[in-house]
Amino acid sequence: MEPIIAVVVGVLMAASVYLMLSRNLVRFVFGLALISHAANLLIFVSGGMIRGMTPLIAPNAALPEPGVANALPQALMLTAIVISFSVLAFALVLAFRTYEELKTVDTDAMRAAEPDNGIGEES
Amino acid sequence: MASGFKIDARVPLYARLVVALPVALFAWFCTMVPATAGGETLAWEVAWLPQRGIALGFIVDGLSLLFALLITGIGSFILLFSSEYMRGYPQRGRFTTFLVAFMLAMLGLVLSDNLILLFVFWELTTITSFLLIGYDHEDATARRAALQGLLVTGAGALAMLAGFVLLGDAAGTLSLREMLASPASLVEHPHYQAIVILVLAGAFTKSAQFPFHFWLPNAMAAPTPVSAYLHSATMVKAGVFLLARLTPLLGGTDLWMETLTAVGAVTAVYSSVLALTRTDLKQVLAYTTIMALGTCVMFLGSPVGSEGGTASVGLLAAMSFVLIHALYKAALFLAVGTIEHSTGIRDLRLLGGLRKPMPLTFAATVLATSSMAGLPLTIGFLGKDLLYTAGFLPESAPYAVWAMFAAAVLIAAAALLIAVQPFLGDSPNSPKVPREGRWTLWVGPLTLGIAGLVFGLQPQFAFNRLLVPAAASVMGYQPHFEHDPWHGSTAAFWLSLTTLATAVLIFWRRKAVFGGFGRAVSRLPLTGDQAYDVVMAGVSRLAAWQTRRVQSGIQRRYILIVFATLGLGLAVTLVIKDAIRWPTETPQATLLEWSLALLVAASAVVTILARTRFLAICSLGVVGTCTALIFLIFGAPDVAMTQLIVETLVTVLVAMVLLKLPDFSKEIWPSRAIRIRNGLVALTVGVSITLVLLAVTAQPPQRAVTEYFERTAVPGGHGRNIVNVILVDFRALDTLGEITVLGIAGVAAFALLMPGPRRRLKATRPTKPSEKARQPDATEGAA
Repeated sequence: MEPIIAVVVGVLMAASVYLMLSRNLVRFVFGLALISHAANLLIFVSGGMIRGMTPLIAPNAALPEPGVANALPQALMLTAIVISFSVLAFALVLAFRTYEELKTVDTDAMRAAEPDNGIGEES
Repeated sequence: MASGFKIDARVPLYARLVVALPVALFAWFCTMVPATAGGETLAWEVAWLPQRGIALGFIVDGLSLLFALLITGIGSFILLFSSEYMRGYPQRGRFTTFLVAFMLAMLGLVLSDNLILLFVFWELTTITSFLLIGYDHEDATARRAALQGLLVTGAGALAMLAGFVLLGDAAGTLSLREMLASPASLVEHPHYQAIVILVLAGAFTKSAQFPFHFWLPNAMAAPTPVSAYLHSATMVKAGVFLLARLTPLLGGTDLWMETLTAVGAVTAVYSSVLALTRTDLKQVLAYTTIMALGTCVMFLGSPVGSEGGTASVGLLAAMSFVLIHALYKAALFLAVGTIEHSTGIRDLRLLGGLRKPMPLTFAATVLATSSMAGLPLTIGFLGKDLLYTAGFLPESAPYAVWAMFAAAVLIAAAALLIAVQPFLGDSPNSPKVPREGRWTLWVGPLTLGIAGLVFGLQPQFAFNRLLVPAAASVMGYQPHFEHDPWHGSTAAFWLSLTTLATAVLIFWRRKAVFGGFGRAVSRLPLTGDQAYDVVMAGVSRLAAWQTRRVQSGIQRRYILIVFATLGLGLAVTLVIKDAIRWPTETPQATLLEWSLALLVAASAVVTILARTRFLAICSLGVVGTCTALIFLIFGAPDVAMTQLIVETLVTVLVAMVLLKLPDFSKEIWPSRAIRIRNGLVALTVGVSITLVLLAVTAQPPQRAVTEYFERTAVPGGHGRNIVNVILVDFRALDTLGEITVLGIAGVAAFALLMPGPRRRLKATRPTKPSEKARQPDATEGAA
């Protein structure tokens, strides 16, 4: 199963990079959402994938049954999911407020911090 | 510069008290004279970085003691002089601090035993002299001069550091004392030539040798006491000191001797010609300083002689000239400072008749210029006698004595000019009525001028106690001078007299001669100063160009660079490390798993292709949900649950926000070429990541950490859900951090959305393209 997920992660990464290279802020946010899925799957597949065996310890046992899923990547992913959600939510609000202020979602037109110094740029 | 400050301002007490520091140091160094005159080397060392062979080591031998005495002795007069001269200048405390720091750095330089330590002090003198030259920092000329001095000497110092590293490598030690104990093998070392060239780059830039001489006259933008100190006894002599210090190690070869003699001779003659084309007194002194440095370098290129045989007169002559020049040049700079202080001008064409109102300054100037011109009875005469004697020796370069003669004639003419022009003739048309200044102003130049005369009449002390021991350090053995060094050959004596006569002749016909020099110099195609400007403008243009390329200010271009670097970096690493692993067997997966994987990949593609926001949101939701299902199948129900909740929230949030944003109907889609470029970058990243993952999963997963958590979950964390135990127990601080990020994001989002004053944001709204102001180019350095 791992090679399949590896390819899926590659597709997700490529799609998110392509979206983030857009000059439209909305598409950039879509790319941001996709890249966190890619990162989560990447952590998951790196720890090995085992079907069905949840990392739990039976009530009267000291150790889990041999061959349970890897618990560590799961813990890391839980943290990563929440943080990427926070970042995405903040980016969404930022995009919304940017549009309110500048009346555009075109990043090329947002030059307040670094004004255009006359160097031509393709569309 | 001379006007505009309050002249009646009080002299702060510390400005007077600080003079005690160099005086005390001078006295302390005087107590070491008997030891070094006997050929001893005093050493003092503390380990600093022993594992790298770098020690805080200091040595005092004849050479370093001569320089230490000059630095502290002349430093005393400089600090005394500036306590009066700098009266009413702004930021006196800063000035005094810089000057004292410079003095201590210079002392450290001449006393260093360790090469790295020497380099550190060398750069400290560069930095402190930068601060001193640019002291009048509101003046653009001073700023440029300070930067120029810093860059020229700093670039040379970097080359010198490389030379030091090679030298330390070749010698097996960084300690000069240990190197000097066994200097023989260095000359045959394969890196010898590289070491010499790199070290000479440092010494020639610091000591303003042609073609790096141009920074020194510009450094005259400094207050006069600074010029007096930097250009008589210290800063610019550092290069001469370094050459003298390394002569026993690197000297004696054709490369060393021919380079030093030739560069020194060109510098001496060229700068003495330039000296006579100037009318600003400080500029005249600046060029004569370069001449003196050239002379020292030229005679440091003399053969070192051999133990038991005849000692090297040339090296003794060079050491004598270091002392002679320091005495008369400090006196003259201070005298010029006094003239400037009391008249407000220092232009030779305007000055005149100062003999009556300023008799003491006149006396000091006459004494100093006599030594400079080499009149009999002064130490300058003895020095020139030695220089000529050395020049006439058969082992010297044939042109040396004639180069020396030409430079000496012109310098004697310059000395005459400095002594006559400001003091005789009509009274000047100066902004202030000239009168003699306080004792703190004239005592320094007068004492130094008298010292030149005393040393000339009683040469035994100076030569036996200071100069011969210094020359001995340079030669690397205790020399035996068969003849009295202060009674040179007859040829030298007659040449000295010819020099003076020619100088008088030139001074008599000065209008024609100086004018001729001026016309000749103005025909030079490119001066060093202009070359510096060309190089600096080039550097600025290159910086502006690469800033425009890299820092375009366009967000997606930055992102492009980041991802292209990531993709290519991974791909190249994979290839170089030969880490590409293809799966050996067909992946085992159920129909459900295959469908989920395909669904995720297809939805990602749909998100790219979507031309409506609704479709994009839906496909994003599919990606999230299918990922959650994959987690569920592969034993991660906690993750799946969280993912589902978050995915729902994200979809709701995105939908809410997108309602307020414009849809894609007016979107300008990128051109085909751009789409291909972006696609290629995206593809590179995707393929590289996939290959990395294939390589990672080809190995069995490392479960050591996981096994630790599995073992300790029940006894340590009292929980049976291992993932939960890790999150809330073993990695509780991480979870706290995660919650904090969530909280901060929430607060920040709330603050952005809160109704209230929004004027600040509006102020930064970009102007319309037609109103855009062009950014000034970053060409500050070239200005």
